[in-house]
Amino acid sequence: MVRRFAAVLAAGLFATVAVAGTTAEPARAQDKSLTLCWASWDPANALRQLSKDFTEETGIEMNYEFVPWTNYADRFLTVLNSQGDLCDLIIGDSQWLGIGAEFGHYVKLNDFFSEEEISMDRFLDAAVYNYATWPKGTDNYWALPAMGDAVGYVYRKDWFQRPEIRKSFEQEYGYELGVPKTWQELMDVAQFFQGRTIDGKKRYGIALYTERGSEGITMGVTNALYAWGFEYDDPNNDYRMDGYVNSDKAVEAVKFYKKLYECCTPPGHSNAYMTANLDAYKSGQVAMQMNFFAFFPGIHKNDRVGGDTSGYFVNPTHGDKPRASVLGGQGISVVKYSDKQDMALEYIKWFAQPEVQKRWWKLGGYSVHKAVVNAPWFKDSAPFASEFLTAMSTVRDFWQEPTYAQLLQSTQKRMHDYIVADKGTAKEALDNLITDWKFTFQSVGKY
Amino acid sequence: MTQVSLKAPAIRRLGGGTGPRQRVRGLSDRALAFYFVLPSLLLLLAINIFPLAWNIYLSFTNYRANMPGFPVRWVGDLNYARLLGSEDVWAAMQHTAHFVGWAMLIQVILGFGLAWLLNRKFKGAGLFITLIALPMMLSKAVVGTFWTYIFQPQSGIFNYIVNFFADVGEFTMLGNADLAPWALILVDTWMWTPFIMLIVLAGLRSVPQDLYEAAEVDGASSWRQFWTITVPMVLPFLMLAVLFRSIECFKLFDMVAELTSGGPGSATELANIFLKRQAFETWRTGYAAAFAVILFVTTFGAANIYVKFWTKVKER
Repeated sequence: MVRRFAAVLAAGLFATVAVAGTTAEPARAQDKSLTLCWASWDPANALRQLSKDFTEETGIEMNYEFVPWTNYADRFLTVLNSQGDLCDLIIGDSQWLGIGAEFGHYVKLNDFFSEEEISMDRFLDAAVYNYATWPKGTDNYWALPAMGDAVGYVYRKDWFQRPEIRKSFEQEYGYELGVPKTWQELMDVAQFFQGRTIDGKKRYGIALYTERGSEGITMGVTNALYAWGFEYDDPNNDYRMDGYVNSDKAVEAVKFYKKLYECCTPPGHSNAYMTANLDAYKSGQVAMQMNFFAFFPGIHKNDRVGGDTSGYFVNPTHGDKPRASVLGGQGISVVKYSDKQDMALEYIKWFAQPEVQKRWWKLGGYSVHKAVVNAPWFKDSAPFASEFLTAMSTVRDFWQEPTYAQLLQSTQKRMHDYIVADKGTAKEALDNLITDWKFTFQSVGKY
Repeated sequence: MTQVSLKAPAIRRLGGGTGPRQRVRGLSDRALAFYFVLPSLLLLLAINIFPLAWNIYLSFTNYRANMPGFPVRWVGDLNYARLLGSEDVWAAMQHTAHFVGWAMLIQVILGFGLAWLLNRKFKGAGLFITLIALPMMLSKAVVGTFWTYIFQPQSGIFNYIVNFFADVGEFTMLGNADLAPWALILVDTWMWTPFIMLIVLAGLRSVPQDLYEAAEVDGASSWRQFWTITVPMVLPFLMLAVLFRSIECFKLFDMVAELTSGGPGSATELANIFLKRQAFETWRTGYAAAFAVILFVTTFGAANIYVKFWTKVKER
């Protein structure tokens, strides 16, 4: 009886394996679907909406793997490093281009762009540089600029317009309350609102990026660093960082950011990134928030703080230094390990069309196609459109090296140690950062 | 009581006979037993032993999992030397020791106290035990997430309670480098004290009542009974609970990741948070593998010493 049962079981297993083996390939070949990987946020929902047109036109179903920002890099870099085929298309962070290109995770798109006459001249120069090329600024394209983004600010326009608040501000600071043009003004305004009671509730100045785990505090403090004229290395001598990363102006910028954090953020705002800042702003806790432009369409539509309640501005300046904005945004790449590369390229071809790009902007995505951003209607199409263009023309990004993850984690640690945990001095934090970065570059033979 | 006796053939069928070994299609009992165990052994080799051996090998290389083309070199004990000379590693180990030490001390005192109270017979004792045990049934990640709300300075109940008893004003537990390590200890204590309580309670209930009766006859005070009967009898249970909890605390990750992500700065960067960062954020795979080996040896060694001590206590 037992033997008979075992025989039947073995036969069943064999048959299952045999049938699966013979049918798997044709099933895969007939599978007209793509999986697109990205972060889980408002623009991803807009893209889902937009891609319905692609499915309608081509019959290719779209599946999505959207992961929260805090796990986004961990999740997808692990998939790419293990050469997994989870994603056919990936909207990867700008800093991943070095990894994607040098370790063969991404398909090089030059030939495809030539064949399909997709010219990079049709996209904003800063977007092409940051979202598509590796090595930077060369004609080697690994992605199509998909989502322009930069750090900006949202403020409570309704509070800023109240006569009694304006009067108090002018009395205290000696100038009119308005959109901060300099970092000092930003601090003044934040300080003014900190602890102030408005409509019977205690309010705070500004929600800054302070997150420790992924990239938050780096994306925050670099706004100040760039404004003070920070350089990652000697412009004439790659990877020589002494005197640049820890320059006096860099020290001053980091100190300023710490002061801003200490004076003017809500209590407990010590591990905050995009969502925490959104929550602080939408709940009426703060007068201003630092956040990526990608969230601004959502804020504009919000019942409580949307419409005329909120206004938008770009990073203020410091002294005579040019304006700079921290780069967000991503390009869309075809994953080398996908067995549906043809369909993935078809998607990119479809996505690059001006009409699709216009619809992308209208749905809440940030197109960087010149047919959209240079159109006469663009600047008036949303209250933040003009600011977005200003920000995109002044973007700066973190290291885009293949070792960016290690460089980023060192920055997270050193900056959080000083700014939030109050450990050491700004100079020590930057000196230690140079030591960490040198070690990283040495380990890959670049220093 | 029914007595069961097995006759010789039956004993032989069970493999315990002394006569000629029973054979199944040419296989000896020993071989048959081996084949039964083989799948488990293979599974153990595949998912435990091989990864351990592979990890040890990686710890002597410069391997980086995110750089497929990067040449893998044998670097000898370089990773270990770097680890032992790294301030960050020692800081992470100190944070871990602080967390494990204080969490264990507080949980043992509270767990023992609760068990002592609940060991008395009263109406609703079962319900009390169930309610107290609820936190440890939750997921650590969930606990970490909702305690971030409890610690929220403006709307969290923790600040409210503290201010109710002592007017200290607005303060942040998770954003202050001095308070954040204590926040971890507090949450872990809230969650896991019931575990110690349950094990100690089992110990208390296993103490024969006649020992106390005999002690009373001999005129021993309650205090003396506690130290000469209760504590020695419960100690093996308590030590077992401490062993399990210490290992758990040592490898704690998810709750910390949700509560503080190792911050502010690196104030709550426990060993496992540091390990995860090295392995999957900075992708220094060889270095992280070496740290994993050090952690393994530390916990394994400490647990072995502890178990030997526990065995002695149990045999006393």
